[in-house]
Amino acid sequence: MSLLDIKDLHAGYGVMSILKGVNMSLEAGEIGVIVGPNGAGKSTTLKAIFGMLNITEGSISFDGADITGIRSEQLAEHRIAFVPQEHNVFPTLTVHENLEMGAYVRRDDFSSVMDHVYDIFPPLQDKRNQPAGELSGGQRQMVAFGRALMIEPKLILLDEPTAGLSPMFMSQIFDRVIAINRTGVTVAMVEQNAKQALAIAHKGFVLAGGRNSYTDTGQNLLNNPEVAASFLGG
Amino acid sequence: MNEIVFFLNKGITSGLIIGSIYALGAIGVTLIFGILRFAHFAHGDMMTLGAFVTLILTAALAALGITLPVPLAFIAMFPAMAITAVMAIGLDKVFYKPLRQAGARPVVLVMASVGVTLMLQGVIRLFAGVRSRDMFIEAPKEIFRIPFPGATRPLIVTEPQALLIVFTIVAVVVLHWFLTRSRLGKAMRAVSDNPELARITGINTNHVVWATWIIGGALACAAGTMLSMDVTLKPDLSFNILLPIFAATIVGGIGQPYGAIAGGFLVGFCETLAVFNWAILLRPIKDQLWFEVPRNLALVPTEYKLMVPFLILIIVLIYRPTGIFKGRVL
Repeated sequence: MSLLDIKDLHAGYGVMSILKGVNMSLEAGEIGVIVGPNGAGKSTTLKAIFGMLNITEGSISFDGADITGIRSEQLAEHRIAFVPQEHNVFPTLTVHENLEMGAYVRRDDFSSVMDHVYDIFPPLQDKRNQPAGELSGGQRQMVAFGRALMIEPKLILLDEPTAGLSPMFMSQIFDRVIAINRTGVTVAMVEQNAKQALAIAHKGFVLAGGRNSYTDTGQNLLNNPEVAASFLGG
Repeated sequence: MNEIVFFLNKGITSGLIIGSIYALGAIGVTLIFGILRFAHFAHGDMMTLGAFVTLILTAALAALGITLPVPLAFIAMFPAMAITAVMAIGLDKVFYKPLRQAGARPVVLVMASVGVTLMLQGVIRLFAGVRSRDMFIEAPKEIFRIPFPGATRPLIVTEPQALLIVFTIVAVVVLHWFLTRSRLGKAMRAVSDNPELARITGINTNHVVWATWIIGGALACAAGTMLSMDVTLKPDLSFNILLPIFAATIVGGIGQPYGAIAGGFLVGFCETLAVFNWAILLRPIKDQLWFEVPRNLALVPTEYKLMVPFLILIIVLIYRPTGIFKGRVL
């Protein structure tokens, strides 16, 4: 059975429906990338996973449990972490406190996880007592990733992690995503930079108009001339 | 030298006292704004409510014939703080929580808090009447006279004033420790920073809301009790200081507890120094001055004292709308 299984998902804000039949399944340890034009429902799919909008039809299961319409505060209990595109740190809290808040649901000793996060993101070590709001965009993104890793998630959801970052940072972020994935974390990621993202994806989901247009491995989607012509800019 | 003692007694001590009261009230208002995103206008009446709870407990202690080295009201205040905190959570549960869950906009909650204000005022008057009461049931308040070198007059501090200053210092230190060291305190700051991210992170918003009302309610009770111990307990006691407390909150930066403390003292000192008769300090050096010292040289007549916080508020909103500590813009 897949780790994450989204079946025929219909969802929207109030009566306005945005998702009109999204299907997605990820095995444990995979990177899944959701791409598609603006307004296709990419970020909405992530938001639907944890009850930020109204699910009218379909189901979401995670690790054998039905999590359709789960409330966002229950996510962490299922060890699903989410990194929003914007406002993804607590700006007046220090870097260290941001990481501590990431572990809020944990009652056990999480110091080794904290050390691990500082190992993956060495710049954070020096800035640990600085308010996260004072950091650069790239460093804030590291804090956001680090915070998400504190629950040792089974699944991490990333909403356009490279948005607004320079191309240099962009490839760094993709490297980090691969590094995180290699530690056994399943990744579901929405990306604007479709080519680079599909290149590191085990599975790709091309959404258009709120439903899947193409679903295949990342490599096959990159090689598919139709996908290339319509969604990857030739 | 007597003039300096007079200045210390009338200007500095009073500023410190009223500033502490404002600070204790403003901490609650600013935390409630930071976490629940609305201006809690019923905070002043929560202070009166707390003071009345203290009065009832004090009367009960006095009736039992208990006497202590400190005023009974001060001891009764601690259980009263707990009771007021529970009442604050109750008020939230009955009046504010249903609105929050229905997704009401902040202005609706503000209006609801005005309603709670009127209700609390009515309830207090219904049970306690309108007369003023003395919090010192068992004995008159003690007055410390500290001799000041070179002056014939002593520095005067009353016992409740001394207790208030000590209490405020302890409260601020404990609050600081709570917000920066404890898990729940940090979670409160996280919710204040970014409520949506806090939820995603798994922070239990209910616990944070309770903590906010417990701190706000307990400190409101303390401020109300201490203020009534310094003067007398009247049903409209805290309604009159609600506006300076809001001024202190905004001056300090909305949502910033340290700003609320600074704002409280700033507003308190400005008020007392504005109504202080500066002519008294000038009289000893009147021969060296080129002008005649008038009898009264207060910047603002005492009756217009309430104007001072508003003046500060207007200046801050024009020149630094986020307040001293960079809070939220309304």
